[in-house]
Parts: sequence; C-alpha cells; structure tokens
Amino acid sequence: MFARCAQVRQRQRRALQDDSTTECQVTFRKYLVLAGVTVFGAAGDSVLSHGMKQLGSISIHDLPSVIFAVLNPFVALGIVLLLAFIVLNMTALSWADLTYVLPATSMGYVLLALSARFILHEQVSVMRWLGIVLISGGVGFIAGSPALTSHAHEDQRSPLLAAQDAARNGAPAGASDHDAPAEEVISGGVES
Amino acid sequence: MKHAYIWGGILTIAFFSVVGDVLLARAMKQVGDVHALLRRAGLWTVVGRVLTNPNIFMGVAAMTVAFFTLLFALSWGDLSLVAPAAASLTFIGNAFAAKVFLHEKVDRRRWIAAVLVATGVALLAG
Repeated sequence: MFARCAQVRQRQRRALQDDSTTECQVTFRKYLVLAGVTVFGAAGDSVLSHGMKQLGSISIHDLPSVIFAVLNPFVALGIVLLLAFIVLNMTALSWADLTYVLPATSMGYVLLALSARFILHEQVSVMRWLGIVLISGGVGFIAGSPALTSHAHEDQRSPLLAAQDAARNGAPAGASDHDAPAEEVISGGVES
Repeated sequence: MKHAYIWGGILTIAFFSVVGDVLLARAMKQVGDVHALLRRAGLWTVVGRVLTNPNIFMGVAAMTVAFFTLLFALSWGDLSLVAPAAASLTFIGNAFAAKVFLHEKVDRRRWIAAVLVATGVALLAG
C-alpha cells in the first residue's frame, strides 16, 4: 500500500517537472509572439505605405485600381506581414488580457519613429521623442503585471495546475478544473 | 459644423475599434490557449474553433466599419488629427470595455499604462 502511494507520488512529481519545463518553453514562445505582433505590425504598415506611395493617389471612384494595387510587390509583402500580425495578435489574445496585449505591443509606434529617424534619416521633433518616452513608460508599467486576470477558459488550465490541485485536494487530476481561481492561471502565464 | 463631422467620425472609429477588439479578445478566450491547443489537438482543431466562433466574424465586421469610417473621416479632417485622436480614444475605451465586458482586472498600473500609451501615440502621430 505504502509502496503504491510512493509510486503515485513519484509519478506526480515527474509529471509536474515535465509540465514546468513545457511551461517555460511556452513562456519564451509567448514573449516571441508579443515581439512578433510588434514587429510585424510596424513592418507591415511601413511596407504597405511605401507600396501605396509608389502607386500614387487612387480615387475612391476607381475601385479596380485598388484591387490591382495588390500586384505591387511592396503592397503584397505588406499584406502578408499584416496577416502575420493579425494571426499573432489573435494568438496573444488567447492567453493574455486585451489590456495587456495592446500596451505591450504598442512599441510598434516607437519602432516606426526610430526607423524614421535612423534608417530614413527624418527629423524627429521633441514632441515625438516625448511620445516615445511615454509609450516606453506605458510598456514598462505593463511588463511587470500579470498577463491574464480574467477567468480563463478551461482549456487554458495547464496539466501542471490540474496536478497541483489534485495533489492538494487528494482528488484525481482534472476533478478540480472548474474551481481554480484566476490567480493560479496567472502564475502559468508570461509572468512565470 | 465641419468639426462636428470630424469628431463624430473620430468617436465612431474609436467605438467600432473597441467593439472589434473586445469581440476578438472574447472569441480567442472562448477558443482557448492556442499554444496548449496546438500541442494537444493540432492546427486544424485551432483553425476549426476559430472559424466556427461567431464573435470572430462580428469583431472583423466591427473593425471593417471602423476602417471605412476612417476613410470617410480622412476626407473631412487631417490625418494628423484623425489617426492619433482615434488611436488614443481606442486605448482608453479598450481599458473601460475590457473591465466591463471581459471582466479583466484593470488596476491602477494598467490605467496608467493605457493613459501613457494613449498620450504617447497622440504626441507621436500628431
């Protein structure tokens, strides 16, 4: 009887270790996703803008020319980059709050201003530098806060948390899936 | 009168952007953590769940309305006013809407972040 309990505990401990490793990998991926949202959004906007400027002004009464604008390689690349932005943004929204994702990815505005200054050698006014400082400050405020505060979908419950609940309650894993407070889910988010 | 049109347009853009963001965020919470789903059930399950969620389509529709309102607003007012004002209002509106409709805990830190980013965007694009 004792031997069987020891075996079960050992198995649980191993499962916890495996899951914590997976959580760490996902955490790194989550940072990559946020960085991807920022970079693809900024790059998509600037490439699309460059392509549209090459085409010149388009009248709203001449809709076919808008469709043919897709044939411009810069416009096509801009659309692909913005599609990647949308997919990554939706991915980020699946595991983080809206009020976390929006400020965290607003560094794209800063990237655009910095690329205008250092790549395109445009003049950046004092007000714009102040804007960059404020956005960076806002991102800094968000960086230390939990990624998810709302009640998560049950699919977001990691096996690690289910195993922790089971170990605490002495019930089989998954039995307490619906009772988990949101704060526990937070600990498995970007913060960990 | 022209100012009324411009600010009406800006408020409409911000409203539909917030509606779109909130609907997309709600839809993705209903779909579940994409990383975990990909690991457990594969890509097609994720794609299926996303494409069968009505909130996604309503969110995209709201964002489309916001985009076309932006086009109209740009014909009435300057880009340097319309774009940053709409973006800033969207940031603040999202914080309110996320608290009310998505039940996110928008604490003082998140409010400060939203206000800083909104002000920064207004200064950057203005």
